[in-house]
Amino acid sequence: MSTTEEVVEEEVVTDTVREAIAKAFADELGDGFIEQHINPGSDLWIRIAASSWVDAALFARNKLGMTWLDFISAMDWLPNPYGREMESEQDWVVHGKEDATPEEMTTGIAGGDTRFQMMMRLYSTEEHIGVTIKADVGDVAGAAPAIESLIPVYAGASWHEREVWEMFGIDIIGHPDKRVLYLPTGFEGNPMRKDYPLVARRVKPWPGIVDVEAMPGEADDEADAADGADA
Amino acid sequence: MTDVTADLDINDSEQLRYIAAQAADARVNVELETEGMTLNIGPQHPATHGTLRIVARLDGELVISAEPIMGYMHRGYEKLTEVRTYPQVTTLINRIDWVGSFANEVPFILAAEELMEVEAPPRAQYIRTALFEMGRIANIMLFLGDMAVQLGGVTAIFYAFRDREFVLNQIESATGGRFHPNFNRIGGVKDDLPAGWIAETKSSMQKVRDFCDEMEDLVVGNEIFQSRCRGVGVIPAEKALEYGLSGANLRGSGVDWDLRRDEDSPLAWKDLDWKVWTHPDGDSFSRYWVRLQETREATYMVEQLLDGLPSGPIMAKVPRIIKVPAGESYVQTENPLGAMGYYVVSKGELTPFRVKIRTASFSNMSISPWLLEGVYVPDIATILASLYFILGDIDR
Repeated sequence: MSTTEEVVEEEVVTDTVREAIAKAFADELGDGFIEQHINPGSDLWIRIAASSWVDAALFARNKLGMTWLDFISAMDWLPNPYGREMESEQDWVVHGKEDATPEEMTTGIAGGDTRFQMMMRLYSTEEHIGVTIKADVGDVAGAAPAIESLIPVYAGASWHEREVWEMFGIDIIGHPDKRVLYLPTGFEGNPMRKDYPLVARRVKPWPGIVDVEAMPGEADDEADAADGADA
Repeated sequence: MTDVTADLDINDSEQLRYIAAQAADARVNVELETEGMTLNIGPQHPATHGTLRIVARLDGELVISAEPIMGYMHRGYEKLTEVRTYPQVTTLINRIDWVGSFANEVPFILAAEELMEVEAPPRAQYIRTALFEMGRIANIMLFLGDMAVQLGGVTAIFYAFRDREFVLNQIESATGGRFHPNFNRIGGVKDDLPAGWIAETKSSMQKVRDFCDEMEDLVVGNEIFQSRCRGVGVIPAEKALEYGLSGANLRGSGVDWDLRRDEDSPLAWKDLDWKVWTHPDGDSFSRYWVRLQETREATYMVEQLLDGLPSGPIMAKVPRIIKVPAGESYVQTENPLGAMGYYVVSKGELTPFRVKIRTASFSNMSISPWLLEGVYVPDIATILASLYFILGDIDR
């Protein structure tokens, strides 16, 4: 029994299909390919240079059959610069007012060097395999982030890119229709950036943080424990 | 110069009629110089399921261009998730697609479970799957009635509201919420099923199937419905993929892809015997037809789930205060409106660092400027209704 289980586990650990896809990207993009990360049997991430952004999408669509555009989005890796400063006084009473010194910036899967990262998720409806492609944009501190538009590759990229443009302030080079998608005309700031304060948090206490709900089945245990204590 | 009126005999009525007909024909064949017109549809319009505004530029009856304008219901959920603990997030995301709320919770919970390396016990997965499919039924029943209303047949929506109630009652008696169940927990579901629920649900599934038969007669079999839907709003498969369409909109274009069957999910779909329906035409009719078949299929899935419901706990062991380990995960499920996914980035805190919410209606609607170009004004309602979007699912 135990030996067969071990064999099964080993099979899961190597994911030849996703490794082959990552290698295909690496061969195609050359220096533009920076890093890869595979969660065997579940998911694949690759990180590329911003200059290879459109090439990678073209390659994925034409050669790897990833014709379905899942989404395009962005990340702001800046740690929350406000700490607990933006929370209401009631929150401070409960949690204390922590030091608001910002922590080191860390980036996620497949690494990253800059504050802003673009992400696109492409999927093959034939092979049922998806890939998340990341690219660093702007400089380390996040100044002047920009990326080329993917509209020539996926026509559906337009709305996703408008959202990224208004929410993160990442310039989309070559987008023909750069108008706000959700925000009112003339809105100032880029709301999804970490340094854009969520002012509503200042006037309202954190909802429900104190009373953590009992897990199903846990209430009985507690009642038993209470009975025991009484006895 | 000859006088053309020389032969004219003004007393010959036949000759006069001939001249009049010629003149009328000449007028018809002249290319009329019509001014372009801008037609504003919405933000409040029955076809928009919320507050979508469409600005269409018309030449006569023809749409030159149509541009949806969103944001009337943008609630900033992606930003708000950054200041909510993981269990609190489900309350928000319930309100994305408000007629299929239960299904909204599932991919987020699965993404968090994947990061925490927790798996809900089998009974919980079965309950989740059954309620997921019942949410789909309640959601799509609304569409099946509503589409007929958009085309002028008002009766169907009353049947839909009447029979949807049976399903909503069952969802309510299991979860406590008709529209916003908030029933999923990381590691399982909140409560077990109430007594007698299984039998009642099975009888409501029979009522849904009767409703589907009714719609087949009343709507699909209707000549006016057919003539207004067939060949209207045709989406070729390549275009559908490029715009990221999903769900019945994609399967209505002949793409045989369903995340329930094709992705490895901890939910119980893999244990069921069912079929993915597709239609090759890609027009408004095929999208209606696919959804009708899917509703019927879902009722059989619910019955199989209830028959095979395993016994055992409904919650895995999870800590009382949930901190999700640092990492990233993306989970996508086949929701009533199409593929919905959450890209969750955690830094090991009480709250997510970032949540990217991929909603089906956003991508489904992004094709509308392309699709509405060159159609006639009455077809706008047909096409929008057949794409079936919920505005909360576009605006988030």
